[in-house]
Amino acid sequence: MGLALFLALHVAPEDADQGISQRIFYIHVPIALTAYFCFGLGAWKALMLLWRGGERYDLESYVAIHQGTIFGTLTLLTGAIWAKASWGVWWTWSSRQLVLFLVLFLFYGAYFMLRYSLEEGARRARTSAVYALFGVALIPVSFLAIRLAEDFIHPTVFTRDGPQMTGTMFLAFCVSWAAVTLLAYVLYRVELVGKRLDADLRELRESLT
Amino acid sequence: MTGGEYAALAYGVVFVVVLAYVAIIAAKLQRLQRETAELLELARRNPTVREPGRSAVYAAPVPRVSAGEEEAR
Repeated sequence: MGLALFLALHVAPEDADQGISQRIFYIHVPIALTAYFCFGLGAWKALMLLWRGGERYDLESYVAIHQGTIFGTLTLLTGAIWAKASWGVWWTWSSRQLVLFLVLFLFYGAYFMLRYSLEEGARRARTSAVYALFGVALIPVSFLAIRLAEDFIHPTVFTRDGPQMTGTMFLAFCVSWAAVTLLAYVLYRVELVGKRLDADLRELRESLT
Repeated sequence: MTGGEYAALAYGVVFVVVLAYVAIIAAKLQRLQRETAELLELARRNPTVREPGRSAVYAAPVPRVSAGEEEAR
């Protein structure tokens, strides 16, 4: 993470058009991609639950979606700051990319409302898994919206001709992406271990008392 | 605000959110540590639970002796 910050804030050259505010790109885009990955992982674990069964997939799916929501919140916050710096507004409803990401975020926000409205057990696990699987359809739509949309407010950096940036900028982006993915993985593992430990302790307490 | 201040704000927001998340996880781990200590104490007070390095109090079943065997002794 330190190397990523050093490359993004010190080594990568300043953008000729946007200036120093373009450096938000090195944190905003990796966080957004990680949020998509976490939602995708949550849907994959949900599919495994419905396909193979097994209580562990329910918890893994839940933790992945929880991570996705945290990174989704960060995507919206850093995106709003970048929008204010570049466009002069915190939010614009005319960009489909932004609106679709918000829809995806709210969809997974409702996942927690659904999950906690049901009693713990196999029914809750199955219902949550089905909901998580529905949400996965929004991921490619949200991801490709920038190319499908006709507006040109949100910049397109990765085109068919490759990344539209210098080699140093691309290196800083790749290192930042790897760092954010690693951070998400560590947080995912820590939260998962905590949840499992919590469940085990609850079971142990019930058997002892 | 200047472009540099917006960039600093964006990185600062990420730092604060991750820090808050780590603080929540740390608080949860402290709670789990406390609960583990409580359960250990509960287990020590329970006579049916075997302590490490000692045999269980009620672990070995006592064989029932019939009347004939008792007379033979």
